[in-house]
Amino acid sequence: MIIEAKGLTYTYPIGAKPAFEDVTINVEKGEFVLLSGPSGCGKTTLVRCFNGLIPHFYGGKLEGEIRVVGLQVTEHPIHELAQHVGMVFQNPENQLFALSVEKDVAFGLENLGLPREDIRNRVDWALETTGISDLRDRAPYELSGGQQQRVAIASVLAMKPEVIVLDEPTSFLDPQGAKQIFEVIRNLNKDLGITIVLVEHRLDLTAKYADRVMVMDKGRVVLDGGPREVFSSEEARLIGVGIPKATRLYQFLKTEGTNLGKVPLSSEEAYQAIAEVLNT
Amino acid sequence: MIKVEEVYFTYPNGIEALKDVSLEIRDGEFVAIMGQNGAGKTTLVKHINGLLKPTRGRVLVDDIDTTKVSVATLAKKVGYVFQNADHQLFSETVEEEVSFALRNFGYEENAVKERVEWALNLLDLIEYRNVSPFMLSGGERKRVALASVLAWNPRIVILDEPTIGQDSQQKERLRQFIIQLNRQEKTVIIVTHDIEFVAECQPRIVLMTQGRVVAEGEARKILTDCDLVNQASVVLPEIAQIFLKLRNFGFRTDIIDVYEAGRILLERLGDQT
Repeated sequence: MIIEAKGLTYTYPIGAKPAFEDVTINVEKGEFVLLSGPSGCGKTTLVRCFNGLIPHFYGGKLEGEIRVVGLQVTEHPIHELAQHVGMVFQNPENQLFALSVEKDVAFGLENLGLPREDIRNRVDWALETTGISDLRDRAPYELSGGQQQRVAIASVLAMKPEVIVLDEPTSFLDPQGAKQIFEVIRNLNKDLGITIVLVEHRLDLTAKYADRVMVMDKGRVVLDGGPREVFSSEEARLIGVGIPKATRLYQFLKTEGTNLGKVPLSSEEAYQAIAEVLNT
Repeated sequence: MIKVEEVYFTYPNGIEALKDVSLEIRDGEFVAIMGQNGAGKTTLVKHINGLLKPTRGRVLVDDIDTTKVSVATLAKKVGYVFQNADHQLFSETVEEEVSFALRNFGYEENAVKERVEWALNLLDLIEYRNVSPFMLSGGERKRVALASVLAWNPRIVILDEPTIGQDSQQKERLRQFIIQLNRQEKTVIIVTHDIEFVAECQPRIVLMTQGRVVAEGEARKILTDCDLVNQASVVLPEIAQIFLKLRNFGFRTDIIDVYEAGRILLERLGDQT
């Protein structure tokens, strides 16, 4: 188990009530987890515990237990946890600051005090894996939003974390830029076995990559299971999760008496199911 | 009526952000401007509220040249909600934030109260009225920014990326709300990357790449045109992708709405299952 939370409850220093309550979850090594739920449900707050931003940076009151890569989060400082858990945020501009892409990606490694040669190798590898080797000498601020977000991912990847948490990483990107970012994330998961926790509202582009979907509502984890099961559940609809269009189409047809069989998560799967019926 | 006539715009750093853009938007229309990052979408809408003035060409809002009036005068007519709410918010409480412009426009205290109440209720923010905007989530801050603009009831509302950080219920509420505004003959212009939201709303689409408008028209036409959409770094909506693949079975390809898709499929599949 790479992330284990048991009866976890957290209240911000100024909060009157807990941001989330009694959360018990287990994430296995190598899983691709999609975390969703209405805005204000506590999902961003929850993932801030995964690298120790909560409680070390935000303060407040954290009760219950949380271990990440076997480390008790409350007992280990952020800089130590950051070597195991990388975070990528919504707006890449807030994460990049150096004068060149290369320097941005090397920054975390220099702080670790790694030998020069190692730093160079890791930077090369991270840039290549995210497909931005050709941008290494460019200034982050002159790049497109999609390129910037890849730099942010490369910076995190260079630390060779076991877990990468991404909080709506494509909100500011055009649709093709977003698609490419999700493909990069999928590859990190499939090729390198990195555990992914992706916080998202927009599930049309991401549902197909997930092994597991967790849905939070009012500070609690209310659904936790395979994407087909979760997205086709009545609860998901009632909570107001952004169910993928392909799944909604399936549901519509099913209510009208036409069953496509397996619940589709993407346009490709929906097409396959429809074509199969038409061909029989 | 908004008229953008052969507008060119060059930023002080020499970047030519708009190249020969012409566009007409009628009263009560709902328009979505889409296209790749850096295509000039935000630059274009900042010309409509007068924050930017054309380097060449002109922009007319209700026949008034935007270079001939102050941004403050234009603001009464054109409400602009920034992409990043943090560039807009500055007050200590949500209520003050939403009241600020109203007071500036000289509304009486009673009217200010009434309008603030209305806007906060509308955007589901009433419980946060005494909270600092900076304590709220990104999605909530976005709604505060929207409330503060809607409060003064502008005739033209520009929303830059209104769906970022919003969940599906809030998006649905936003969609309903835009329909209401349109019914009151108010013009709504959104800049967005949210292709699925656009597929649900079906506004008129203006597609931009590299400072130019490359296409405009009905959502179901523009967003189902593979080449156009690719050129603008957009993708086809999920439903359009399904019907593009189904065209060999003799289906139309100009479908983007999930319910329309469902009805069309039922006609064919209903007999077979």
